Order: sequence, then C-alpha cells, then structure tokens
Amino acid sequence: MTSEEIISCLQDRFPEAGIECLIDKGDAVVNVPLERLTELLRTMKVDPDFNFDMFMDITAVDWLERSPRFDVVYHLYSTSHNHRLRIKVKVDEDDPVPSSTGLWTAADWMEREVWDMYGIRFSGHPNLVRLLMYEEFKGHPLRKDYPYDKRQPLIEETWPSKKMQVKIDDRGIHRP
Amino acid sequence: MEITYGSGEKPPYQNAVDRILGWGRKYSIFFYPFITACCGMEYMSVASSHYDIDRFGAGLPRFSPRQADVLLVVGTVNHKVSPVLKIIWDQMTEPKWSISFGACASVGGPYDNYAVLQGVDRIVPVDIYLPGCPPRPETVIDGLLKLHDKIQNQKHDLFWKRRNK
Ligand code: SF4
Repeated sequence: MTSEEIISCLQDRFPEAGIECLIDKGDAVVNVPLERLTELLRTMKVDPDFNFDMFMDITAVDWLERSPRFDVVYHLYSTSHNHRLRIKVKVDEDDPVPSSTGLWTAADWMEREVWDMYGIRFSGHPNLVRLLMYEEFKGHPLRKDYPYDKRQPLIEETWPSKKMQVKIDDRGIHRP
Repeated sequence: MEITYGSGEKPPYQNAVDRILGWGRKYSIFFYPFITACCGMEYMSVASSHYDIDRFGAGLPRFSPRQADVLLVVGTVNHKVSPVLKIIWDQMTEPKWSISFGACASVGGPYDNYAVLQGVDRIVPVDIYLPGCPPRPETVIDGLLKLHDKIQNQKHDLFWKRRNK
C-alpha cells in the first residue's frame, strides 16, 4: 500500500477522533493518544491489510518544555507489503507506556534502550533494566537536562593528578 | 618509567646493564592489542605483512596480558569497559610500556560525551601517544621507533624485583 492508502485504510478502522494521520516526507505518520496505543499496535500487527511484521525501532524525543514532555516514536515495516508506518505518542515523565513485547519480541531491547536513555517506563516489560549504560550510572543521558559534560567514571581516574590539575588550571586548558 | 634502586644509589655496572638490557628489550616487543573500535582496522594493516613491523622486532602480538610487554590501546574506550582495561594493565608483568593509538584513546577523540573515557591516561600510564583518526601506519612505525628510543635510554633492573606499588 502507498502511504495515502495506509492512511485512508487507518481512518476506516479508527473513525473516532483522537487519532490523527498525516504524511510526512512520504511516510504515513499517526499521532495517537496513549490510551489507544496498544489497540492500534495490535491492529497493525494482526490485520492482514497492514501486516506490519517487522518492528524496526522505538525511539523518543525530549521536548523539555512541552507539557507531555516526550514523544515516543514507533517505526514499523511490513516485509510482505513493503510499506512503512510511523506512530507517535505523547507521554509525560511518569506515564508508563504499555510494552509491545507481547506483539513483537524485538521490542524487548529497544524498550530497554529507551528506558536507559530517556527514563520512559514500559509497563509489562519482562526485564526493564539498562541496556547500554552500566548499572551504577545515575540519570538518563539523552534527556535534554542531563549536563553535557557530566562524567560518571566507573573506576578512579588517576590523571590528572592534583599537582597536574593545578598546572592545567593555571594555563586554562579545558579538559572535562 | 621510574626505577628505584634498593639502597638508593647506582651500582657501578648500571650503565652497561641499561644499555644491554635496553638493546635486548627494544627488539623483542610483544604487543597486547586492546582493540575496541575502528582504529583496529588500521592496526590490522600495520600488523600485516605490507608494513612488516617484524623489522623492528614487534611482529608477534600476544593475546594474553601475561606474555605481553606493550599494551596497545586501540580505539574508543568508554567508561563501561574501563575496568577491563585497568585489570589488563595490572595483569601485565614488568617491564611494561603502553601506547595509546589514535585520537580516541589519547583524548577521547570526537566523542566528548557521557559515555567515553577522555583519554586512557586517566586510568593507565601512557608512554607514547599516536595522533590521528586513525593514525596512518607510518605514524605507528614512528611511534614504535620513539618507544625504541625510550626503552634504550631508560633504566633497567638487572634482577627482577618487586616494586612497592
Ligand atoms: S581515533 Fe578515529 S579511527 Fe580511531 S577509534 Fe577513534 S574515531 Fe575510530
């Protein structure tokens, strides 16, 4: 299906207000409220017209000052129909997003990555622990309010030593 | 690398020992390549036959830190892997040297962010820094020759002794 056909088909299935469809750079994009997310994703997976069998990615966008702070973005692809869909859902810091591991197994690590980087919780995920950063890491590094020069070394750093640090400060060399 | 003598003064044969052991050690370097990122490709081309670093006695990399003399930190080291690097350095037996290969290992390179260690000299001592992203094989050979000079001109123990560290 082309993007236009996906959108008209979607609007047939979900005629109610609240689900907003548009075409952005040639791809179909759906903005969906958090309550309808699971229902929409299930339809996308099981409906033979859509048949999105490949779960490409989940990512998130941090808008810092906006009221639902994050966008969680799902990228779906259908290997049988060769079409794509992007699903965006607005969530706040404390809202848990329903996990999609039951539908696509691939969602497991991607949801862990989004939890690791943005601190967005996924309810119903079997093992929501950090994927990329180490356990001792505090905070979520891709949030806009994480300081860019904050370091959390795992072992003690012996350089620059105190004596050397004084010299560096004297010369005004920046080394974070 | 600083060497302390037992009594604090230099034995009379020390100059000859330094020269002979230095000459021997600089031509029998065994690398331990600690390869974590793209610089590894350049290390492979250095280690292969075209550049033939066996001319400088460094042809055979060992993949056990116990058998190696020179730690070669090749590529981006992030905070998560830094304890591994530290353990490997501690496992290597004296005498040992280390080379930081490429911009990432030396200062963090292009990655000034939350994940990357800003230079391996923060956790292990470094003898030679190789600039470049990645360094050309000629740079590596140049660094190797500088390490030769360093080994030749430093002090060496005639007998192995335990350092108080
Ligand atoms: S210095 Fe450049 S080539 Fe080497 S590991 Fe870093 S980014 Fe890769």
